[in-house]
Amino acid sequence: MTTLPSTLILDWKRIFKWGSICAAALLFVSLVGMPIKLDPKSIISPLLSLGYVSLFWLPLIFGYVASSRVVLEGVETSKPGLSDLLTGVLTGAIGGAGLTLLMLGIENFDIRDPLINWSPQLLEVLAFGARDLNSAVWIGIGGALGLVGAALNVIPESLRRGVSYGFFTVLAVAIFEPALDDMSEGFRLEWLVELIFQKRGGLKLWPAIILASLIGLISVVSKGKVKKAVAQYRKQEGSQKKQTSVVLFGIVAALGVVLPIFMGTYVNSLLANVGIFLLLALGLNIVVGLAGILDLGYVAFFAVGAYTTAVLTSEISPFFAPGLTWVLSLVFVVLLAALTGLIIGAPVIRMRGDYLAIVTLGFGEIIRLLFLSDFLKPYFGGAQGILGIPGIDLGFVYISGTDTRGIFYLVLFFCGLAVYVSWRLQASRLGRSWMAIREDEQVAEAMGINTVNSKLMAFVVGAVLASFAGAIMAARVGSVFPNSFMILISIVILVVVIVGGMGSIPGVFVGAFVLIGILGGPKQPGLLQEFGSLKLLVYGMLLVYMMLQRPEGLVPSARRTQELHQEEFLQDSWLKGTDDEDEEQPIEGEEAQI
Amino acid sequence: MSHLLEIKDLQVTFGGLDALSGLNFHVDEGEIVSVIGPNGAGKTTFFNTITGLVEPTGGDILFEGNSVLGLEPNEVTSLGIARTFQNVRLFPNMTILENVMVAQHCRTSQNVFGALFQTKAFKKEEEEIRQRGEEILSFFGSRLVGYRLDQAAFMLSYANRRRLEIARAMATQPRLMLLDEPVAGMNPSETAELTELIGRLRSEWGFTIVIIEHDMAVVKNVSDRVVVLDHGVPIASGSYEEVSTDPDVIEAYLGRPVESRS
Ligand SMILES: Nc1ncnc2c1ncn2[C@@H]1O[C@H](COP(=O)(O)OP(=O)(O)O)[C@@H](O)[C@H]1O
Ligand SMILES: [Mg+2]
Repeated sequence: MTTLPSTLILDWKRIFKWGSICAAALLFVSLVGMPIKLDPKSIISPLLSLGYVSLFWLPLIFGYVASSRVVLEGVETSKPGLSDLLTGVLTGAIGGAGLTLLMLGIENFDIRDPLINWSPQLLEVLAFGARDLNSAVWIGIGGALGLVGAALNVIPESLRRGVSYGFFTVLAVAIFEPALDDMSEGFRLEWLVELIFQKRGGLKLWPAIILASLIGLISVVSKGKVKKAVAQYRKQEGSQKKQTSVVLFGIVAALGVVLPIFMGTYVNSLLANVGIFLLLALGLNIVVGLAGILDLGYVAFFAVGAYTTAVLTSEISPFFAPGLTWVLSLVFVVLLAALTGLIIGAPVIRMRGDYLAIVTLGFGEIIRLLFLSDFLKPYFGGAQGILGIPGIDLGFVYISGTDTRGIFYLVLFFCGLAVYVSWRLQASRLGRSWMAIREDEQVAEAMGINTVNSKLMAFVVGAVLASFAGAIMAARVGSVFPNSFMILISIVILVVVIVGGMGSIPGVFVGAFVLIGILGGPKQPGLLQEFGSLKLLVYGMLLVYMMLQRPEGLVPSARRTQELHQEEFLQDSWLKGTDDEDEEQPIEGEEAQI
Repeated sequence: MSHLLEIKDLQVTFGGLDALSGLNFHVDEGEIVSVIGPNGAGKTTFFNTITGLVEPTGGDILFEGNSVLGLEPNEVTSLGIARTFQNVRLFPNMTILENVMVAQHCRTSQNVFGALFQTKAFKKEEEEIRQRGEEILSFFGSRLVGYRLDQAAFMLSYANRRRLEIARAMATQPRLMLLDEPVAGMNPSETAELTELIGRLRSEWGFTIVIIEHDMAVVKNVSDRVVVLDHGVPIASGSYEEVSTDPDVIEAYLGRPVESRS
């Protein structure tokens, strides 16, 4: 396929394919209500809101995808040029046409009954607030965005990186606005916040442009040095890597201790939320990531921890109210959680894979229903739950439930404990047996490992860590209700672990901060409060995307990367000359005669 | 004196198919016994039954005079029976050292508390496990040690995977070792070397060995005694010379006259 620069050869099939997928995606996003829900969140005020970002990024991405070429080794490809740009424009325009049709549809038909977002509000957002905007502008907008996408493909790599980093920084800063606002007081930086943000929210135009150009410039100049440093860190081996990891972990821990002092209630309560889910995720990471047991009922142990604390510490617990201190009750929390781990674990542990997942899912729900039931109402209060859980008296300091900073420190301590436990257990007899079971259960058993005991231990360790989270949560909220322990929590924790990177402790941290911090937990708001119920949709999409594109997670553990990319590792070692070939010794004369 | 392993009238049926029927067999301490027979004769099933992976429908298996029937595979291993698999089954994503460390599980005892508090006993045991692992690996020369120790097992060549599997079996510190076609797929020089190592497994490490093998040169070199299985029935047993001239055995390998098959 040699083309003269002057002739345009367009791959119409490709354009239509990506164009219609783009249109479908735009329709989907519009009809689930993203533009309406996210419109209040301003990115660059008053020009751009998150609602429009949710629409604009699609033609851009599809323009980029449609115009990228399949480069085959040995096949000559023409230089990227005009035809690529045109491909992008057309793809984007077809996508935009989808919205044009949607607008026309909303104007002329009413199918609001099944589609609640088929509404005048959507029309208003799509028309940029103007009364009688020609819906055909979306074809133009789509085309323009497609052009930008295609242009990103044509320009050199470093420039592309600069542009996208610039853009993402602006986006991130705008998303973090409430947190920055909250933090600025502690750091005495109110003037800076005032300088770059509008009063009503959103970045001011000029600061946004300056910020984007600055970051873009830095990334172009630094030429991916950051990426290289990360790659180098990952390549380090043995003791060296351990050293760097310890240093990195130390820095993170130090930041975790120092930063909250400067932060306001908002960020601290956000961090406390993240911390509770992080603690849960670290526990589940032991069960799923290390031992390979897909436990979907993990929330059960969270509930047991919370309810045990509630019964033992609350003065007004319905049946039995010893009014212990939080610290003393923790002893019983641990014992009961371990016991529950054994009770739930014993029957399910012999099952394999999917069966186990389903049964644990059931147990998770059973525990919640037990707390909710009329039968146990005299003891646990049924749907009314248990109220009046006091704060935490540590002897030298009293942490009330509303003291978010104190709660955060407490969570931090237990997260540190969880990290220590995972780290020590990984390099122990038990941790090795988990690994072996995950690799091949039957062989592990044939090699002398009592698989039932090993897996039960994983269950119990996970249960105890989750119960800590429950105990803190009970003291923080001051009350417990059965409905705080929905299945959704199990699922969200699992998503945190998967998205972060199964078996990887830094991965779980990143996963918890990104998902819980930004999007929020099932009921707990994150930085992007506007997402509301769309949160779960985003969780789902993120999960699907990760499974397809990066199954090892955002910050994968070395082992899991290896597991999923065996061929590449073999290739690498071949290139390095450390591969292992069978010795092809020539058969010597005397041997051959035997 | 009773036998190290004694099998009485063993019967294994897979949905109507008699994989093993009426098998009597024994091994004495310090012996190397070969089990041979055509494909599908039931040799692997024989090992699976001893190690508790397959439940027999009849008969008894005595190890050091005690029945091992109904024991879990890990319990059989702790009694002192180790095995390798015909289709190599390592823990591919664990390192080579970890493969031999984890196999010492049933000989060690440290639990969660030892690991969490890093007790003296824990550290000592870890060190012992590591050292014994390295010692076992160096039995195969320099192939599995050095920088390889920390390499994942899937990186190994085919022959080295077979060697690592034997190393892993050694690490369970057995008295009886069951090797399922240990030289399958190896070239002649590798085969010759492994044959010698099998001899040394007995002389240096004191293992009693039962070996399933197709390569008659290996069988001839290593075994004190040969047992021939065909269609789950033992058809001959004795020294290599006796067995290799037995008309029934020759028939089993070369095929029977057409009319007697039905
Ligand atoms: N788990 C099983 N289920 C059903 N049939 C089996 C099973 N294992 C082995 N068999 C059958 O038992 C017979 C003996 O197999 P095997 O012991 O593997 O033979 P060998 O190792 O001597 O080649 C074969 O016919 C095989 O198909
Ligand atoms: Mg076989």
